[in-house]
Amino acid sequence: MNDVDRGARRRFLARIAAAVGALGVAGCDRLSQSEWFPPILDSAEKLNERLAKLVTGRSAMAKEYTAADVSPTFRSNGTARPDNPEYAALAANGFAGYALDVGGLVAAPRRFTLAELRALPSRTQITRHDCVEGWSAIAQWQGARLSALLDVVKPAATAKYVVFHCADPMEEGGQSPYYESIDMDDAYHEQTLLAYALNGQPLPIANGAPIRLRVERQLGYKHAKYVMRLELVESFAHIAGGKGGYWEDQGYQWYAGI
Amino acid sequence: MHWINVVALTLMFMSGLQIFNAHPALYWGESSYGARNPWLVIGAREDPQGNPMGYTRIAGREFTTTGVLGLSTDDDRMYAQGFPSWLTVPSHQWLAMARSWHFFFAWVFLINGLCYVGYTLATRHFRRDLWPTRADIRGIGASIVDHLRFRHPTGEAAKRYNVLQKITYITVIFVLLPLIVLMGLGMSPRLDTLFGGWVSWFGGRQSVRSIHFIVAWLLVAFVLVHVFEVIVTGLWNNLRSMITGRYRVPQETAHE
Repeated sequence: MNDVDRGARRRFLARIAAAVGALGVAGCDRLSQSEWFPPILDSAEKLNERLAKLVTGRSAMAKEYTAADVSPTFRSNGTARPDNPEYAALAANGFAGYALDVGGLVAAPRRFTLAELRALPSRTQITRHDCVEGWSAIAQWQGARLSALLDVVKPAATAKYVVFHCADPMEEGGQSPYYESIDMDDAYHEQTLLAYALNGQPLPIANGAPIRLRVERQLGYKHAKYVMRLELVESFAHIAGGKGGYWEDQGYQWYAGI
Repeated sequence: MHWINVVALTLMFMSGLQIFNAHPALYWGESSYGARNPWLVIGAREDPQGNPMGYTRIAGREFTTTGVLGLSTDDDRMYAQGFPSWLTVPSHQWLAMARSWHFFFAWVFLINGLCYVGYTLATRHFRRDLWPTRADIRGIGASIVDHLRFRHPTGEAAKRYNVLQKITYITVIFVLLPLIVLMGLGMSPRLDTLFGGWVSWFGGRQSVRSIHFIVAWLLVAFVLVHVFEVIVTGLWNNLRSMITGRYRVPQETAHE
């Protein structure tokens, strides 16, 4: 074979390699957009959840930090001020008229004013917040223990999840309010709080005032802000997109411990 | 096993870059908002003339990387994205789907890798072929010189892994790959509950994310050298031997 042939062959091979590469990326995109392929990928999610829980144990505690570790600023991600007139009216009045509505599969449904939430057994903890995007920030949170609130309303034996309904619409025109859900293991976990204070100050609006969820062993999008109502359910299939949360309905994993 | 590994690692690398793109900055320590600035940032902004540009800042030094990092073009359409669409799975910003790909192929990679390690130990492939002998160690200097001159072993010696190959393979298989898995697991807030927060042993969650990223690129560097060596020592002969076990022994006369 002479050099000209060899050069041509090399160019030909290079072109094939480029074509295969482009086909590979395009093929992955087509698979991502197909109906049948993503469920196969997501079959790993249950495995991740089971293994993570098995290895760590249900009451394992998230690491807690010292005051020296607290990040100078705690980033506000997602909604910074809910576009919702009812919420705006509550905020204008310093949330004096706020009450958390708790219902669903409970023996004693009721409403909790901010004063009543503050009167529940509380916890203060300095923890690391890990966003699904990849960043982390450390802050001190104070709030009512969700387990204490559940002891008051007495969940039915059939209740499997706590759903958090929020004041912040995620789409134009007040549509698609944010929501999230956690299982009872996380709901009763010692570090799971309905937080009303951040770094010793009343929770700012940018970070979810007056009440946000802290569920420390999961990623940031589980930590619902602007919580207005809790609903205990056996299944969340009937709520919004049926996947248990606003971001879950957009394709994110329900189990966000990974 | 080797080819399952190629597919799984390639897809994990490409989906990993897409996950990185969701927050294209890396830090040392626990938090992204501490006293220290990120050591790596990829982004897009306007240059002094008002034109969009891509930039990459490493340890405070900024490089213009328009077209490759930060800002790229696809079918004449400009888009801001850390790593460009031709290098990521999925190609355009889609964190949820990238995570699905990454975690699925993590299992493929892990199960395949455990099978490989089990196989190497059970068949004594590890002791026989991978672990360097005393003679190997003594010959390191000569082997380095041979590699630099592209003088490859011939005859019987070509059938064995040479000493640099052995050290590299052992490092990749038993150091880099387990490390990247561990650093991946370290980003899970649930798994960090073990031992009161073991992730801090590695400097914290953002350090772990940085190490995961660096090891991924070390593996890419390994693959580049590995593929280069496979090609220069006889692509078809090597590939055939990998798949069928038949290997034509290069003759001494091949050199000079």
